[in-house]
Amino acid sequence: MDVLDLARWQFGITTVYHFIMVPLSIGLSFLVAWYQTRWHRTGDEAYLRLTKFFGKLFLINFAMGVVTGIVQEFQFGMAWSEYSRFVGDVFGAPLAMEALVAFFLESTFLGIWIFGWGRLSPRLHLATIWAVAAGTWLSAYFIIAANSFMQHPVGVVYNFERGRAELVDIWAVITNNTTLAAYPHVIATSVLTGAIFVAGISLWYLLRRNPSETDTRGFRFAMRSSMWIAIIASIAIIITGDFQSRLMFEQQPMKMAAAEALCETETGAGFSVFAVGDVRSECDVRSFVIPGLTSFLATGDWNGTVDGVLDLNERYQELYGPGDYAPNLFITYWGFRGMMGFGFLSMAAAILGLWMTRGGRLPRWRGWAPLSIAIIAAPFVGNSLGWIFTEIGRQPWVVAPNPEGVFEVRLLTETAVSNTSAWTVGLALAGFTLVYGVLAVVELFLLKRYVEAGPDAAMPPPESEDSDDDRLTFAY
Amino acid sequence: MELTDFWFILIAILWTGYFFLEGFDFGVGMLLHPLSRDDEDRRVMINTIGPVWDGNEVWLLTAGGATFAAFPEWYATLFSGFYLPLFVILIALIVRGVAFEYRGKVDSDRWRHRWDLAIAFGSWVPAVLWGVAFGNIVAGVPIDASATYTGNFGTLLNPFALLGGITTAALFAMHGSVFLALKTTGDVRRRAHRAALPIGSVAIVAGGTFLIWNQVARGAGWTWVPVLVAAGCLVGALVADRFGREGWAFAATGVAIAAAVVALFGSLYPDVMPSSTDPAFSLTVENASSTAYTLKVMTWVALIMTPLVLAYQAWTYWVFRKRIGRENLPAVHTA
Repeated sequence: MDVLDLARWQFGITTVYHFIMVPLSIGLSFLVAWYQTRWHRTGDEAYLRLTKFFGKLFLINFAMGVVTGIVQEFQFGMAWSEYSRFVGDVFGAPLAMEALVAFFLESTFLGIWIFGWGRLSPRLHLATIWAVAAGTWLSAYFIIAANSFMQHPVGVVYNFERGRAELVDIWAVITNNTTLAAYPHVIATSVLTGAIFVAGISLWYLLRRNPSETDTRGFRFAMRSSMWIAIIASIAIIITGDFQSRLMFEQQPMKMAAAEALCETETGAGFSVFAVGDVRSECDVRSFVIPGLTSFLATGDWNGTVDGVLDLNERYQELYGPGDYAPNLFITYWGFRGMMGFGFLSMAAAILGLWMTRGGRLPRWRGWAPLSIAIIAAPFVGNSLGWIFTEIGRQPWVVAPNPEGVFEVRLLTETAVSNTSAWTVGLALAGFTLVYGVLAVVELFLLKRYVEAGPDAAMPPPESEDSDDDRLTFAY
Repeated sequence: MELTDFWFILIAILWTGYFFLEGFDFGVGMLLHPLSRDDEDRRVMINTIGPVWDGNEVWLLTAGGATFAAFPEWYATLFSGFYLPLFVILIALIVRGVAFEYRGKVDSDRWRHRWDLAIAFGSWVPAVLWGVAFGNIVAGVPIDASATYTGNFGTLLNPFALLGGITTAALFAMHGSVFLALKTTGDVRRRAHRAALPIGSVAIVAGGTFLIWNQVARGAGWTWVPVLVAAGCLVGALVADRFGREGWAFAATGVAIAAAVVALFGSLYPDVMPSSTDPAFSLTVENASSTAYTLKVMTWVALIMTPLVLAYQAWTYWVFRKRIGRENLPAVHTA
């Protein structure tokens, strides 16, 4: 493998890994803040125990998200220095804003929330977890704005002398329509991720442990409300996803064609549920085609015309010179289906769960307990596949050309990589993979342990409550 | 003042904030084993920084992000050139951050012992490597006409840079020891007092040599002032520590760190990354910067957000201002 391949693997592995923690943090921060609010309003111990229990799981996960996030900001310069030179005038701004506006907020207030139990007034303490939630939601906005610039560069001119993109309109970058469509999609999937996590664990707990009356009440509330939230989030995901696919068709028609592995231009193009054979090398291997659906997704019209990969490739060769402008169709085709499939699976699980637990019921069959834990993985897989689809679908570009934007503002991934040696990148790739792998095992071990221990382990030990004032209510 | 100069100063301020704040929490991690006798001591030490270390680390992210936004060429050359040291720093910060959060989650000596090693490793390594990195930045590294670093990992391990590494490690350890003296009670506090003199002596000798070497080689006239301030503050910190004035000692090590950063950035200006290959290839505040428009946008964001961040971070320190001792620790309680 050369530097380019190694750098791409490094970015792929570290980013997909980071984005396992992030959606859960975004979704859980909001749910934990909500439980604490309900406790604050009602004084019901059940909500406090939910806050503490899911708060503990949130912290175990958040720590990993924070530390792997530093890598993200650094590796643009480390592995992709030519990219950084090309777009730094535009792309650095949202990253710096993210740090100043969002990271400080979430990190500082999370510290206060963890250690501030009993030390701040309950109202102020409640405000700190909302500040954390706001920080995670804000930080996602800046990152999506930065990523959207790579999908659809706006607000820039090209400086021929320096050979780089230069910012002329920050507002255009912040309100890029690609961002406005992608952000609610990402937030909705994060809420889905958090909700399925809470619902799955709550159901498991109700089935496998014999909780006290208080915890039964708490977990039933958490479970059923999360299932409702998951369904609402799923609907939001479908609506925003539909909006995104139309934008994608306008802005990156190649990605749309690649999502369906559509070789030739078609009017009323169908959507295949699966394909038998190699979508990369052969056309017409798609099976179970729903007529017109790809056209509908792309244009909003069942009879719309969708350009095929081969035609687009020819058009791009005329525009941008010789080369292959088609992404890896195997990944885009299956990634797109996997993303949607795991999303729908999560939604179906939430609907099934609501029905099974209606009117105070609980399912009898013991097999539901492991299944309710297993389904937690579904949104995570969907999230990862969605990002893999959208990033691979942009290839061979790192900055995709904007059909209506500045012609010169585009960059091929192969020219974006740093001028560094393969063994440097390879060593770092091996190191990150190894450390991340070990830490993943540790995180899962801790999550499992704290889920199994239940709220008692997350609550402060009873004797510390009435002891002298000098005793800290929480310490590492 | 030119906006490029303003951003050069702002990035110096961000690094100052980072080294001032994370400097003492690195120091606490570095001294975790030398200043403790048992697990309770280590819990006391870790909990002095528990609520704040994460917020402190964001100063690094902000310095990185600000460099990317304001001086993309600097960011690109520096980060790609220093690939391996930054990789090592990242791994250290990763295991360190996770260690703080995970160490108390399982009630087992072996578990805690491993995470304590991670904290020590994760504190020592960046404390040394940041100094090595800055030593190389100010002294200049091989950079070609296309702003690409042409040296290798070994190039970065030169005597001047290594002395820089000893300097930052000693400074942060000293900063951490006076911080611990200020924030703890009992044995840890007593040991922290005792440690200040030997660590401070190393800091004064190494830091003094490093900064004077830098002055003689490339310093501006005015940067003698921060060098003298840094030296005076380190001596002052030792004196204050000797007389039990812990607040003053901590303030003095803090000012010493700030003065050292000012001296380094002052000697760097107007370069941001000098080329040892040919001065014509050096990156400067002019040729490495973003456009005036981008700098203007970022200036507004920085002017609005920085005071706000300082205000709520200061409030955090106010909330957690009390000293911590063994008697304050709640019982170990895990799943």
